[in-house]
Amino acid sequence: MTFEDWIFSIHLLFAATLVGSLVMSWIVVVSMRTADTPAATLSLHRVARVATGATIAGLLGVITFGIWLAILRIEFHPWDGWVIGAIALWTLATIALLRSFVEYAKPVEKARALITSGQSGSSRELTALNRTSTGLLLRVLASVAIVLIVVDMIWKPGA
Amino acid sequence: MLAAIRPNDQSFALLLHLVGATVVFGALLASATSLLLSRGDARLLRLGYYSLLLVGLPGLILLRVAGQWLYQLQSWDKLPSQIGEPTWLSIGFIVADWGGILFLAALAIGGVGVYRMRSGRGGAVLVKSTMVSSLILIVGYAVAVWAMTGKPS
Repeated sequence: MTFEDWIFSIHLLFAATLVGSLVMSWIVVVSMRTADTPAATLSLHRVARVATGATIAGLLGVITFGIWLAILRIEFHPWDGWVIGAIALWTLATIALLRSFVEYAKPVEKARALITSGQSGSSRELTALNRTSTGLLLRVLASVAIVLIVVDMIWKPGA
Repeated sequence: MLAAIRPNDQSFALLLHLVGATVVFGALLASATSLLLSRGDARLLRLGYYSLLLVGLPGLILLRVAGQWLYQLQSWDKLPSQIGEPTWLSIGFIVADWGGILFLAALAIGGVGVYRMRSGRGGAVLVKSTMVSSLILIVGYAVAVWAMTGKPS
């Protein structure tokens, strides 16, 4: 394997981490919709935290090694249309994901506040926060952007 | 930069193969993490099992079927018998097929565990044991991604 092959492999390992962690976070997001107690919310949050860490690592790794690869490979350039398109979609996905992390932190804060005040039973307000439509929409937006990046990488329009 | 330019008729099969691979990888990550962090919490134990059953299994089927389609589109099935398959392709088959058997075994063991949990006869240890299979498969899939992209031979 050449140095370029290693960079390509690492780029794709980060891509698999990113998309895999997104699938993982969808599993948690769907489970959160039935969580109505502070304990259930906090236990799902423990899993969500790992998914968030993997997503951030994936986002950073995929862009770093992707741009590096576009510079290394003589047949591609960082200013090619499909590369610029991928970077724009990556930026959109990153913003949407970071915003969604803020939305999904709200039920965790609420769950901690409920526990501090001695309330461990089900809470309507907590259920509503766990079912945040803003957070869900941001996740959908980020997921669509990431699927479009994969499509762009496979078909390479204009290359 | 998933690969160099390839014939367009292979792109859709590759997309399905990648979608299947990332879905199963994500389900394995979710399952292993939930089981690892469960501390006896029945909700997380169930999440760990059902991630594999409802998300991982369809992903695995898509990965394998689309992979076979891609194998035929790239005419690997027409290789003369005296020419062996490249190592990267063999690694992919080992991970998909042997990993698939391990995956199904984990589902069966975890299924017994979930059934026993539901009927109040323990079972948490059986469900948690699927975590070991998930961790092995996560490593296997990482090796397969490396082999199939870097193509070491």
